Amino acid sequence: MAAMQKLEFFSQGESGLVVELADKIDLAVNSIVHALSRLIQVELVGMVDAVVPTYRSVLVIFDPLEIKRETLMQKIEQLYQTIAVGGATPTGGKTVVIPVLYGGDAGPDLEFVARHNNLTTEEVIAIHTAVSYRIFMMGFTPGFPYLGGMSERIATPRLTSPRKEIPAGSVGIAGMQTGLYPQKSPGGWQLIGRTPLKVFDPDSEEPFLYRAGDILRFDAVSEVEYARIERAVTRGEYLPQIRNQAEVVQ
Amino acid sequence: MIRVIQPGILTTVQDEGRSGYLAFGMPRAGIMDRYAARMANLLCGNPLAAAVLEMTIIGGSYCFESAARIAVCGAPMPLQLNGEPVEAWAAVDVTSGDVLEIGAATAGCRAYLAVAGGVEVPLVMGSRSTYYRAGIGGFAGRALKIGDLLHRGNPVPFAAAPVQLPAGWIPEYSSQVEVRVMTGPQNDLFSATGVKTLLSTAYTVSNEADRMGYRLEGQKIEHLAGPDIVSDALTPGAIQVPGSGQPIVMMVDCGTTGGYAKIATVIGPDLAKVAQAKPQDSLRFVRCSDEEAVQALRQERDRYRQVAEWAASGAVPSLAAAVAPPEMPPEQTRPTAPLQTTRRVGRKLRLHIAGKSYEVEIEEVK
Repeated sequence: MAAMQKLEFFSQGESGLVVELADKIDLAVNSIVHALSRLIQVELVGMVDAVVPTYRSVLVIFDPLEIKRETLMQKIEQLYQTIAVGGATPTGGKTVVIPVLYGGDAGPDLEFVARHNNLTTEEVIAIHTAVSYRIFMMGFTPGFPYLGGMSERIATPRLTSPRKEIPAGSVGIAGMQTGLYPQKSPGGWQLIGRTPLKVFDPDSEEPFLYRAGDILRFDAVSEVEYARIERAVTRGEYLPQIRNQAEVVQ
Repeated sequence: MIRVIQPGILTTVQDEGRSGYLAFGMPRAGIMDRYAARMANLLCGNPLAAAVLEMTIIGGSYCFESAARIAVCGAPMPLQLNGEPVEAWAAVDVTSGDVLEIGAATAGCRAYLAVAGGVEVPLVMGSRSTYYRAGIGGFAGRALKIGDLLHRGNPVPFAAAPVQLPAGWIPEYSSQVEVRVMTGPQNDLFSATGVKTLLSTAYTVSNEADRMGYRLEGQKIEHLAGPDIVSDALTPGAIQVPGSGQPIVMMVDCGTTGGYAKIATVIGPDLAKVAQAKPQDSLRFVRCSDEEAVQALRQERDRYRQVAEWAASGAVPSLAAAVAPPEMPPEQTRPTAPLQTTRRVGRKLRLHIAGKSYEVEIEEVK
């Protein structure tokens, strides 16, 4: 594990406290971000209004008439020390398997991604499904995961002109990143496939299938399998494959 | 029930928003001007969290199909109940069949209609707020349309007489607005000149100003080494500065993460002033300390408590005498700056709302 960084604190208005670990995208840094976020949520419950983990910092929203900024900083520093003593930083996350139908109408840019990288489409799929992706943070739109860990071998620049509408569940590549669109939206990502899962359902008691700190794995499925899962999802009968332990990310 | 006869340009159901899902990328949404919205709620005996209608530039026209206590607060929009003028910032008792017409804002941008019991729409992810970009919450996830029927919740029975806010507690809406900011979280990524530019020059609200954010135009703010940061969390009030050097004030529908350096953050109690600015209005940013911001928040909360008491007792004791001159948020006018000429007939604004453009003509009558 990397040596422990010193925490830095910044104000984001009178009710916002930025707890910064670093200013880089780094798996070890992000592991600490999620470990610390969870500790704050559990240990300081009732003292903070919201906790937002990002690539390399944690934003804590609090009520300064209920708890002083200095007090909050001290408590967070203490929690951070317990991570330092523990050494390892389990994020407490889970692994969620996302079934994906690659290519065809579901992934109209799969062939371009393959050509761009001098690979066959099968190789692109094999590379894309081989990795455990850490959800570094969520943002951009509700349920959008910023994933780390994609292989450079399938990196592909964005479309030169974005699509007006991308169907919900689309899985794409943009530069060195991969991700999926939880809702239909405009976008410039190279679309390589689509999942029948509803990863964001505002009417559900658990609106999001995953959270920041979790691991996503993509699993290639056939058209038949896609249709079967889609029907099960519509009926509310699909049980997503979720493993409680986050896999070790290399 | 409330029947929408005319909804105005952009009228949505909003409450305090959904802050429980920020970590999932879900914007908070909710009321833009919390001072006005909360006052409207308190005046009709509601808790702060009750859902209200947020009306933008033009109020619209609403029929109450049952007796209710209501209040309209926020930007001055002429109010008529069955053709007779009624006061804003005051509780008004309506009876079944009454029609409330709310005109165009003569200043400011948004007003709130509260009804005793609150506007009743289903809770989505813990809130009744409309986040129309994703079609979530509020009334069918969208702005109101002609003919919509809104339910209201069961009101707390009120025996007390309706009360009116003292004049000193009603903000003055000006086209020149001063808001307090705390620098940071990334002011160290700007040159000293850059920070000084933000704090010493006026910025004009551009046509791209909506519930998501206000793009401003003015003197270029200088970064030290470029605008990009490793993306981190955004909150309403945060001021991002992209490479253009033109600041963007994040508002309640803003995304939860962003990749531009944030030079400063508008303090919570003053965000209402930004929410009331409209294209072509001028904003000035004044630095304030953490202590001053917390003090402003305390004063704001004290007022809510006070108004809740008045509404419950049905009396505002010896109005002007009892009320100390407020320090916030009414003084929207810069005392040192000359007031801009307000006689501008047929002022046209282009508004971008929910992906559509509107050309709105506003006639200032004074």
